[in-house]
Amino acid sequence: MGNRTLIPFGPQHPVLPEPIHIDLVVEDEKVVEAVPSIGFIHRGLEKLVEKKDFIEYVYVAERICGICSFIHGQTYCQGIEEIMKIPVPPRAHYLRTIWGELSRIHSHLLWAGLMADAFGFESLFMHSWRVRERVLDLIEATTGGRVIFGSCKVGGARRDITPEQMHWLLGELAEIEKEMRLVVDIFLNDNSVKHRLCGVGVISKDDAVALGAVGPTLRGSGVADDMRLLKYAAFGDLEFQPITRSDGDSYSRCAVRCSELFQSVDLIRQAAVRIPAGEIAVKVTGAPDGEVFSRVEQPRGEVVYYIKGNGAKNLVRFRARTPTFANVPALVKMLAGCELADVPVLVLTIDPCISCTER
Amino acid sequence: MAFFQMTKMILGWTFRTPVTTSYPFTPRKICPGSRGRLDITIATCIFCSLCAKRCPTDALAVDKTNKKWHINRLRCISCGYCVELCPKKCLELTGDHGIPTVTKDRETF
Repeated sequence: MGNRTLIPFGPQHPVLPEPIHIDLVVEDEKVVEAVPSIGFIHRGLEKLVEKKDFIEYVYVAERICGICSFIHGQTYCQGIEEIMKIPVPPRAHYLRTIWGELSRIHSHLLWAGLMADAFGFESLFMHSWRVRERVLDLIEATTGGRVIFGSCKVGGARRDITPEQMHWLLGELAEIEKEMRLVVDIFLNDNSVKHRLCGVGVISKDDAVALGAVGPTLRGSGVADDMRLLKYAAFGDLEFQPITRSDGDSYSRCAVRCSELFQSVDLIRQAAVRIPAGEIAVKVTGAPDGEVFSRVEQPRGEVVYYIKGNGAKNLVRFRARTPTFANVPALVKMLAGCELADVPVLVLTIDPCISCTER
Repeated sequence: MAFFQMTKMILGWTFRTPVTTSYPFTPRKICPGSRGRLDITIATCIFCSLCAKRCPTDALAVDKTNKKWHINRLRCISCGYCVELCPKKCLELTGDHGIPTVTKDRETF
Protein backbone atom coordinates (compact mmCIF):
# COMPACT_ATOMS: atom_id res chain seq x y z
CA MET A 1 0.00 0.00 0.00
CA GLY A 2 1.47 3.34 -1.08
CA ASN A 3 1.21 6.69 0.60
CA ARG A 4 -2.07 8.50 0.34
CA THR A 5 -1.95 12.01 -1.05
CA LEU A 6 -4.72 14.58 -1.37
CA ILE A 7 -4.77 16.31 -4.76
CA PRO A 8 -7.17 19.22 -5.31
CA PHE A 9 -8.77 19.16 -8.77
CA GLY A 10 -10.36 22.47 -9.76
CA PRO A 11 -12.10 24.88 -9.43
CA GLN A 12 -9.55 26.31 -11.88
CA HIS A 13 -8.31 23.55 -14.17
CA PRO A 14 -7.49 23.64 -17.91
CA VAL A 15 -10.06 20.97 -18.68
CA LEU A 16 -12.93 22.55 -16.76
CA PRO A 17 -15.07 25.11 -18.56
CA GLU A 18 -16.80 25.86 -15.26
CA PRO A 19 -15.68 25.69 -11.64
CA ILE A 20 -16.17 22.49 -9.66
CA HIS A 21 -13.78 21.36 -6.97
CA ILE A 22 -12.94 17.72 -6.32
CA ASP A 23 -10.58 16.53 -3.60
CA LEU A 24 -8.87 13.44 -4.96
CA VAL A 25 -7.40 11.01 -2.43
CA VAL A 26 -4.66 9.33 -4.44
CA GLU A 27 -2.63 6.22 -3.68
CA ASP A 28 0.32 6.11 -6.07
CA GLU A 29 -1.40 6.93 -9.40
CA LYS A 30 -4.81 5.52 -8.43
CA VAL A 31 -7.70 7.59 -7.13
CA VAL A 32 -9.06 5.98 -3.97
CA GLU A 33 -11.75 8.49 -3.12
CA ALA A 34 -13.18 11.66 -4.62
CA VAL A 35 -14.95 14.33 -2.57
CA PRO A 36 -16.75 16.93 -4.69
CA SER A 37 -17.68 20.40 -3.53
CA ILE A 38 -19.73 22.95 -5.42
CA GLY A 39 -20.87 26.49 -4.70
CA PHE A 40 -18.46 28.70 -6.62
CA ILE A 41 -20.99 30.28 -8.96
CA HIS A 42 -24.24 30.31 -7.04
CA ARG A 43 -26.33 33.23 -8.33
CA GLY A 44 -29.56 32.88 -6.36
CA LEU A 45 -31.78 32.54 -9.41
CA GLU A 46 -34.47 30.59 -7.54
CA LYS A 47 -34.91 33.49 -5.12
CA LEU A 48 -35.45 35.87 -8.08
CA VAL A 49 -39.03 34.58 -8.52
CA GLU A 50 -39.91 36.95 -5.69
CA LYS A 51 -38.75 39.96 -7.74
CA LYS A 52 -39.71 39.06 -11.31
CA ASP A 53 -43.28 38.23 -12.21
CA PHE A 54 -44.06 34.82 -13.68
CA ILE A 55 -43.97 36.10 -17.29
CA GLU A 56 -40.64 37.91 -16.91
CA TYR A 57 -39.06 34.95 -15.14
CA VAL A 58 -38.85 33.10 -18.48
CA TYR A 59 -35.85 35.32 -19.26
CA VAL A 60 -34.19 34.32 -16.00
CA ALA A 61 -35.03 30.62 -16.45
CA GLU A 62 -33.38 30.68 -19.87
CA ARG A 63 -30.23 32.08 -18.30
CA ILE A 64 -29.89 29.31 -15.70
CA CYS A 65 -27.68 27.55 -18.23
CA GLY A 66 -25.90 28.94 -21.26
CA ILE A 67 -26.06 25.72 -23.25
CA CYS A 68 -29.46 24.16 -22.64
CA SER A 69 -30.96 27.65 -22.33
CA PHE A 70 -33.97 27.00 -24.54
CA ILE A 71 -34.96 23.81 -22.74
CA HIS A 72 -34.82 25.59 -19.38
CA GLY A 73 -37.24 28.19 -20.74
CA GLN A 74 -39.42 25.44 -22.19
CA THR A 75 -39.52 23.49 -18.91
CA TYR A 76 -40.54 26.62 -17.03
CA CYS A 77 -43.22 27.56 -19.56
CA GLN A 78 -44.63 24.02 -19.63
CA GLY A 79 -44.90 24.07 -15.84
CA ILE A 80 -46.73 27.41 -15.75
CA GLU A 81 -48.99 26.33 -18.63
CA GLU A 82 -49.88 23.16 -16.74
CA ILE A 83 -50.82 25.08 -13.58
CA MET A 84 -52.86 27.66 -15.51
CA LYS A 85 -54.34 25.08 -17.92
CA ILE A 86 -53.31 27.15 -20.95
CA PRO A 87 -54.17 25.44 -24.27
CA VAL A 88 -50.87 25.89 -26.12
CA PRO A 89 -51.34 25.81 -29.93
CA PRO A 90 -50.00 22.61 -31.57
CA ARG A 91 -47.72 24.65 -33.85
CA ALA A 92 -45.99 26.13 -30.79
CA HIS A 93 -45.41 22.59 -29.48
CA TYR A 94 -43.72 21.63 -32.75
CA LEU A 95 -41.62 24.80 -32.83
CA ARG A 96 -40.46 24.09 -29.28
CA THR A 97 -39.57 20.54 -30.29
CA ILE A 98 -37.52 21.72 -33.26
CA TRP A 99 -35.62 24.33 -31.23
CA GLY A 100 -35.17 21.87 -28.36
CA GLU A 101 -33.57 19.33 -30.68
CA LEU A 102 -31.37 21.99 -32.32
CA SER A 103 -30.27 22.89 -28.82
CA ARG A 104 -29.45 19.22 -28.15
CA ILE A 105 -27.33 19.00 -31.32
CA HIS A 106 -25.33 22.10 -30.44
CA SER A 107 -24.90 20.99 -26.84
CA HIS A 108 -23.65 17.51 -27.81
CA LEU A 109 -21.24 19.00 -30.36
CA LEU A 110 -19.96 21.38 -27.70
CA TRP A 111 -19.48 18.42 -25.37
CA ALA A 112 -17.71 16.49 -28.15
CA GLY A 113 -15.24 19.36 -28.56
CA LEU A 114 -14.59 19.67 -24.84
CA MET A 115 -14.20 15.91 -24.55
CA ALA A 116 -11.65 15.85 -27.39
CA ASP A 117 -9.83 18.67 -25.64
CA ALA A 118 -9.88 16.69 -22.36
CA PHE A 119 -8.07 13.74 -23.89
CA GLY A 120 -5.69 16.01 -25.78
CA PHE A 121 -7.09 15.78 -29.33
CA GLU A 122 -6.98 19.47 -30.17
CA SER A 123 -7.81 19.26 -33.88
CA LEU A 124 -10.88 17.10 -33.22
CA PHE A 125 -12.01 19.76 -30.73
CA MET A 126 -11.69 22.45 -33.43
CA HIS A 127 -13.63 20.41 -35.99
CA SER A 128 -16.45 19.59 -33.54
CA TRP A 129 -16.90 23.27 -32.83
CA ARG A 130 -16.66 24.19 -36.49
CA VAL A 131 -19.72 22.03 -37.14
CA ARG A 132 -21.42 23.49 -34.06
CA GLU A 133 -21.08 27.01 -35.47
CA ARG A 134 -23.30 26.02 -38.39
CA VAL A 135 -25.98 24.80 -35.98
CA LEU A 136 -25.74 28.11 -34.11
CA ASP A 137 -26.31 29.91 -37.42
CA LEU A 138 -29.56 27.95 -37.88
CA ILE A 139 -30.61 28.91 -34.36
CA GLU A 140 -29.79 32.58 -34.93
CA ALA A 141 -31.73 32.68 -38.20
CA THR A 142 -34.86 31.11 -36.68
CA THR A 143 -34.91 32.58 -33.16
CA GLY A 144 -32.73 35.71 -33.31
CA GLY A 145 -30.23 34.55 -30.68
CA ARG A 146 -27.29 32.19 -30.91
CA VAL A 147 -27.14 30.85 -27.38
CA ILE A 148 -30.05 32.51 -25.56
CA PHE A 149 -32.89 31.67 -27.95
CA GLY A 150 -35.49 33.87 -26.25
CA SER A 151 -38.22 32.37 -28.40
CA CYS A 152 -40.27 30.52 -25.78
CA LYS A 153 -42.93 32.29 -23.77
CA VAL A 154 -45.76 31.31 -21.49
CA GLY A 155 -48.60 30.43 -23.84
CA GLY A 156 -46.59 29.47 -26.91
CA ALA A 157 -43.66 30.72 -28.95
CA ARG A 158 -42.41 34.23 -29.76
CA ARG A 159 -41.37 33.57 -33.33
CA ASP A 160 -42.55 31.40 -36.16
CA ILE A 161 -40.49 29.48 -38.68
CA THR A 162 -41.69 30.32 -42.19
CA PRO A 163 -41.96 27.53 -44.81
CA GLU A 164 -38.96 29.04 -46.67
CA GLN A 165 -36.91 29.07 -43.49
CA MET A 166 -37.92 25.48 -42.77
CA HIS A 167 -36.86 24.41 -46.25
CA TRP A 168 -33.50 26.17 -45.82
CA LEU A 169 -33.10 24.71 -42.32
CA LEU A 170 -33.62 21.15 -43.56
CA GLY A 171 -31.14 21.67 -46.42
CA GLU A 172 -28.52 23.00 -44.00
CA LEU A 173 -29.23 20.16 -41.57
CA ALA A 174 -28.55 17.60 -44.31
CA GLU A 175 -25.11 19.14 -44.85
CA ILE A 176 -24.44 19.43 -41.12
CA GLU A 177 -25.38 15.76 -40.77
CA LYS A 178 -22.74 14.80 -43.34
CA GLU A 179 -20.10 16.79 -41.48
CA MET A 180 -21.20 15.33 -38.15
CA ARG A 181 -20.75 11.82 -39.55
CA LEU A 182 -17.09 12.58 -40.29
CA VAL A 183 -16.51 13.89 -36.76
CA VAL A 184 -18.48 11.09 -35.06
CA ASP A 185 -16.61 8.50 -37.11
CA ILE A 186 -13.39 9.65 -35.42
CA PHE A 187 -14.92 9.55 -31.95
CA LEU A 188 -16.26 6.04 -32.40
CA ASN A 189 -13.57 4.35 -34.50
CA ASP A 190 -10.23 6.04 -33.97
CA ASN A 191 -7.86 3.88 -31.97
CA SER A 192 -6.33 6.65 -29.90
CA VAL A 193 -9.80 7.86 -28.85
CA LYS A 194 -10.93 4.33 -28.01
CA HIS A 195 -7.77 3.82 -26.00
CA ARG A 196 -8.73 6.71 -23.73
CA LEU A 197 -12.43 5.83 -23.44
CA CYS A 198 -13.01 2.05 -23.60
CA GLY A 199 -13.32 0.41 -20.18
CA VAL A 200 -12.69 3.68 -18.35
CA GLY A 201 -15.10 4.79 -15.61
CA VAL A 202 -17.43 1.81 -15.80
CA ILE A 203 -20.68 2.23 -13.94
CA SER A 204 -23.06 -0.72 -13.82
CA LYS A 205 -26.75 -0.54 -14.63
CA ASP A 206 -27.71 -1.13 -10.98
CA ASP A 207 -25.29 1.50 -9.70
CA ALA A 208 -26.45 4.06 -12.25
CA VAL A 209 -30.08 3.55 -11.19
CA ALA A 210 -29.27 3.45 -7.46
CA LEU A 211 -27.20 6.65 -7.65
CA GLY A 212 -29.92 8.46 -9.57
CA ALA A 213 -27.93 9.13 -12.74
CA VAL A 214 -29.85 10.71 -15.61
CA GLY A 215 -29.52 11.30 -19.34
CA PRO A 216 -26.69 9.83 -21.42
CA THR A 217 -24.88 8.75 -18.22
CA LEU A 218 -27.82 6.49 -17.39
CA ARG A 219 -28.52 5.42 -20.98
CA GLY A 220 -24.84 4.57 -21.43
CA SER A 221 -25.33 1.98 -18.69
CA GLY A 222 -28.20 0.32 -20.51
CA VAL A 223 -31.29 1.96 -18.96
CA ALA A 224 -33.75 3.23 -21.58
CA ASP A 225 -34.88 6.24 -19.56
CA ASP A 226 -35.62 9.43 -21.44
CA MET A 227 -38.10 12.16 -20.49
CA ARG A 228 -39.08 12.52 -24.13
CA LEU A 229 -41.03 9.30 -23.57
CA LEU A 230 -43.40 11.40 -21.42
CA LYS A 231 -44.56 12.80 -24.78
CA TYR A 232 -44.34 16.46 -23.81
CA ALA A 233 -44.39 19.13 -26.56
CA ALA A 234 -44.76 17.29 -29.91
CA PHE A 235 -42.97 14.09 -28.91
CA GLY A 236 -46.30 12.26 -28.69
CA ASP A 237 -46.65 12.54 -32.49
CA LEU A 238 -43.06 11.68 -33.38
CA GLU A 239 -41.43 8.28 -33.61
CA PHE A 240 -38.86 8.09 -30.90
CA GLN A 241 -36.96 5.40 -29.04
CA PRO A 242 -34.23 6.19 -26.48
CA ILE A 243 -30.70 5.25 -27.47
CA THR A 244 -28.91 2.98 -25.02
CA ARG A 245 -25.54 1.26 -24.70
CA SER A 246 -24.91 -1.54 -22.26
CA ASP A 247 -21.20 -1.29 -21.38
CA GLY A 248 -21.48 1.64 -18.96
CA ASP A 249 -17.98 2.95 -19.72
CA SER A 250 -16.88 6.34 -21.06
CA TYR A 251 -17.03 5.03 -24.63
CA SER A 252 -20.69 4.03 -24.17
CA ARG A 253 -21.63 7.46 -22.89
CA CYS A 254 -19.78 9.02 -25.82
CA ALA A 255 -21.52 6.67 -28.28
CA VAL A 256 -24.96 7.50 -26.83
CA ARG A 257 -24.36 11.21 -27.36
CA CYS A 258 -23.00 10.64 -30.87
CA SER A 259 -26.09 8.61 -31.84
CA GLU A 260 -28.36 11.21 -30.28
CA LEU A 261 -26.97 13.82 -32.68
CA PHE A 262 -28.46 11.91 -35.61
CA GLN A 263 -31.61 11.05 -33.69
CA SER A 264 -32.19 14.78 -33.11
CA VAL A 265 -31.73 15.48 -36.83
CA ASP A 266 -34.29 12.78 -37.54
CA LEU A 267 -36.73 14.22 -34.99
CA ILE A 268 -36.42 17.69 -36.56
CA ARG A 269 -37.15 16.18 -39.99
CA GLN A 270 -40.22 14.40 -38.65
CA ALA A 271 -41.42 17.57 -36.93
CA ALA A 272 -40.85 19.67 -40.07
CA VAL A 273 -43.08 17.33 -42.07
CA ARG A 274 -45.87 17.11 -39.49
CA ILE A 275 -45.93 20.70 -38.19
CA PRO A 276 -49.51 22.02 -38.41
CA ALA A 277 -50.38 25.54 -39.53
CA GLY A 278 -52.03 27.96 -37.16
CA GLU A 279 -51.44 30.23 -34.20
CA ILE A 280 -48.13 30.15 -32.36
CA ALA A 281 -49.26 31.63 -29.05
CA VAL A 282 -52.33 32.30 -26.96
CA LYS A 283 -52.98 35.28 -24.72
CA VAL A 284 -52.27 34.63 -21.07
CA THR A 285 -54.55 36.12 -18.43
CA GLY A 286 -54.53 35.59 -14.69
CA ALA A 287 -51.74 34.23 -12.56
CA PRO A 288 -50.64 30.71 -11.60
CA ASP A 289 -52.36 29.22 -8.57
CA GLY A 290 -51.18 25.73 -7.69
CA GLU A 291 -48.06 23.63 -7.85
CA VAL A 292 -46.48 21.41 -10.47
CA PHE A 293 -43.46 19.29 -11.26
CA SER A 294 -42.26 19.88 -14.80
CA ARG A 295 -39.88 17.27 -16.27
CA VAL A 296 -38.09 17.67 -19.59
CA GLU A 297 -35.12 15.91 -21.20
CA GLN A 298 -32.16 18.23 -21.55
CA PRO A 299 -29.02 17.30 -23.49
CA ARG A 300 -27.45 16.32 -20.15
CA GLY A 301 -30.48 14.44 -18.83
CA GLU A 302 -33.70 14.98 -16.98
CA VAL A 303 -34.38 18.42 -15.51
CA VAL A 304 -37.07 18.77 -12.86
CA TYR A 305 -38.73 22.06 -12.02
CA TYR A 306 -40.97 22.54 -9.01
CA ILE A 307 -43.18 25.59 -9.43
CA LYS A 308 -45.65 26.86 -6.85
CA GLY A 309 -47.89 29.88 -7.21
CA ASN A 310 -50.65 31.35 -5.02
CA GLY A 311 -52.57 33.40 -7.55
CA ALA A 312 -50.24 36.41 -7.33
CA LYS A 313 -48.02 37.64 -10.16
CA ASN A 314 -44.91 36.41 -8.33
CA LEU A 315 -44.38 32.72 -7.68
CA VAL A 316 -44.13 31.48 -4.11
CA ARG A 317 -41.44 28.87 -4.73
CA PHE A 318 -39.36 27.76 -7.64
CA ARG A 319 -36.86 24.91 -7.52
CA ALA A 320 -34.75 23.44 -10.31
CA ARG A 321 -33.03 20.03 -10.08
CA THR A 322 -30.65 19.98 -12.99
CA PRO A 323 -29.10 16.91 -14.63
CA THR A 324 -25.51 17.58 -13.58
CA PHE A 325 -26.60 17.71 -9.94
CA ALA A 326 -28.12 14.24 -10.36
CA ASN A 327 -25.01 12.92 -12.10
CA VAL A 328 -22.45 14.02 -9.48
CA PRO A 329 -22.97 10.90 -7.25
CA ALA A 330 -22.39 8.71 -10.33
CA LEU A 331 -19.24 10.71 -11.10
CA VAL A 332 -17.90 10.17 -7.57
CA LYS A 333 -18.51 6.43 -7.98
CA MET A 334 -16.70 6.43 -11.35
CA LEU A 335 -13.71 8.35 -10.00
CA ALA A 336 -13.04 5.91 -7.15
CA GLY A 337 -10.52 3.40 -8.50
CA CYS A 338 -9.59 5.22 -11.71
CA GLU A 339 -6.14 6.37 -12.82
CA LEU A 340 -5.26 9.97 -12.00
CA ALA A 341 -4.72 10.74 -15.71
CA ASP A 342 -8.30 9.65 -16.48
CA VAL A 343 -9.90 12.12 -14.06
CA PRO A 344 -10.38 14.95 -16.63
CA VAL A 345 -11.95 12.50 -19.11
CA LEU A 346 -14.29 11.07 -16.48
CA VAL A 347 -15.39 14.49 -15.26
CA LEU A 348 -16.20 15.38 -18.87
CA THR A 349 -18.15 12.17 -19.57
CA ILE A 350 -21.07 13.32 -17.43
CA ASP A 351 -21.08 16.58 -19.46
CA PRO A 352 -20.87 18.78 -16.38
CA CYS A 353 -22.74 22.06 -16.39
CA ILE A 354 -21.94 23.73 -13.11
CA SER A 355 -23.81 26.99 -13.59
CA CYS A 356 -26.96 24.85 -14.04
CA THR A 357 -26.19 22.88 -10.92
CA GLU A 358 -25.68 25.91 -8.70
CA ARG A 359 -28.27 28.17 -10.31
CA MET B 1 -8.19 -1.30 -36.12
CA ALA B 2 -8.38 2.25 -37.30
CA PHE B 3 -5.33 4.42 -36.88
CA PHE B 4 -5.01 7.97 -38.22
CA GLN B 5 -8.79 8.28 -38.68
CA MET B 6 -8.32 12.04 -38.52
CA THR B 7 -5.80 12.20 -41.40
CA LYS B 8 -8.45 12.27 -44.11
CA MET B 9 -10.20 15.23 -42.56
CA ILE B 10 -6.97 17.13 -41.92
CA LEU B 11 -5.78 16.59 -45.51
CA GLY B 12 -9.14 17.75 -46.79
CA TRP B 13 -8.86 20.99 -44.83
CA THR B 14 -5.20 21.67 -45.61
CA PHE B 15 -5.96 23.49 -48.85
CA ARG B 16 -9.13 25.27 -47.81
CA THR B 17 -9.44 28.80 -46.47
CA PRO B 18 -9.89 29.06 -42.68
CA VAL B 19 -13.41 28.99 -41.26
CA THR B 20 -12.49 31.64 -38.71
CA THR B 21 -12.48 35.32 -39.68
CA SER B 22 -10.18 38.06 -38.49
CA TYR B 23 -12.73 39.95 -36.43
CA PRO B 24 -12.98 42.98 -36.02
CA PHE B 25 -11.20 43.67 -39.36
CA THR B 26 -13.68 41.41 -41.15
CA PRO B 27 -17.15 42.14 -39.71
CA ARG B 28 -19.27 39.17 -38.70
CA LYS B 29 -22.03 38.18 -41.10
CA ILE B 30 -25.25 38.65 -39.19
CA CYS B 31 -28.25 36.49 -39.99
CA PRO B 32 -31.42 38.39 -40.89
CA GLY B 33 -33.76 38.42 -37.92
CA SER B 34 -30.96 38.43 -35.37
CA ARG B 35 -31.94 40.18 -32.14
CA GLY B 36 -29.48 43.06 -31.91
CA ARG B 37 -29.60 46.69 -30.80
CA LEU B 38 -32.87 48.23 -29.64
CA ASP B 39 -33.91 51.19 -31.76
CA ILE B 40 -36.72 53.72 -31.19
CA THR B 41 -38.65 55.98 -33.55
CA ILE B 42 -39.00 58.75 -31.03
CA ALA B 43 -41.47 60.74 -33.17
CA THR B 44 -44.21 58.11 -32.64
CA CYS B 45 -43.47 57.41 -28.95
CA ILE B 46 -46.23 58.53 -26.57
CA PHE B 47 -44.04 58.09 -23.44
CA CYS B 48 -46.48 55.65 -21.83
CA SER B 49 -43.50 54.05 -20.01
CA LEU B 50 -44.86 50.52 -20.45
CA CYS B 51 -41.47 49.43 -21.82
CA ALA B 52 -39.62 50.82 -18.80
CA LYS B 53 -42.03 49.21 -16.33
CA ARG B 54 -41.74 45.76 -17.87
CA CYS B 55 -38.05 45.71 -18.88
CA PRO B 56 -36.59 42.60 -17.12
CA THR B 57 -33.22 44.29 -16.60
CA ASP B 58 -34.40 47.87 -15.89
CA ALA B 59 -32.40 49.11 -18.85
CA LEU B 60 -35.05 51.59 -19.95
CA ALA B 61 -36.25 54.79 -18.30
CA VAL B 62 -38.97 57.15 -19.50
CA ASP B 63 -39.24 60.77 -18.43
CA LYS B 64 -42.88 61.66 -19.06
CA THR B 65 -42.62 65.34 -18.10
CA ASN B 66 -39.63 66.16 -20.31
CA LYS B 67 -40.62 63.65 -23.04
CA LYS B 68 -37.31 61.79 -22.95
CA TRP B 69 -36.60 58.10 -23.45
CA HIS B 70 -33.36 56.70 -21.95
CA ILE B 71 -31.61 53.38 -22.53
CA ASN B 72 -28.65 51.85 -20.75
CA ARG B 73 -27.12 49.82 -23.59
CA LEU B 74 -24.96 47.71 -21.30
CA ARG B 75 -28.01 46.51 -19.35
CA CYS B 76 -30.22 45.76 -22.35
CA ILE B 77 -30.33 42.01 -23.13
CA SER B 78 -32.15 42.44 -26.46
CA CYS B 79 -34.96 40.15 -25.29
CA GLY B 80 -37.60 42.00 -27.30
CA TYR B 81 -40.20 42.13 -24.50
CA CYS B 82 -40.55 45.92 -24.88
CA VAL B 83 -40.98 45.54 -28.65
CA GLU B 84 -43.88 43.14 -28.04
CA LEU B 85 -45.53 45.43 -25.48
CA CYS B 86 -45.14 48.82 -27.22
CA PRO B 87 -48.68 50.06 -28.08
CA LYS B 88 -47.41 52.38 -30.84
CA LYS B 89 -44.90 49.85 -32.25
CA CYS B 90 -42.15 52.46 -32.25
CA LEU B 91 -39.52 50.07 -30.83
CA GLU B 92 -37.64 47.52 -32.89
CA LEU B 93 -34.64 45.23 -32.58
CA THR B 94 -32.21 45.80 -35.42
CA GLY B 95 -29.72 43.24 -36.73
CA ASP B 96 -26.91 45.63 -35.82
CA HIS B 97 -25.11 44.62 -32.61
CA GLY B 98 -23.56 48.02 -31.99
CA ILE B 99 -20.03 49.12 -31.37
CA PRO B 100 -18.01 48.40 -28.22
CA THR B 101 -18.23 51.11 -25.58
CA VAL B 102 -15.91 52.06 -22.75
CA THR B 103 -18.30 54.17 -20.68
CA LYS B 104 -21.56 53.30 -18.97
CA ASP B 105 -23.49 56.34 -20.21
CA ARG B 106 -27.20 56.23 -20.88
CA GLU B 107 -28.36 57.11 -24.34
CA THR B 108 -31.19 59.63 -24.47
CA PHE B 109 -33.74 60.15 -27.22
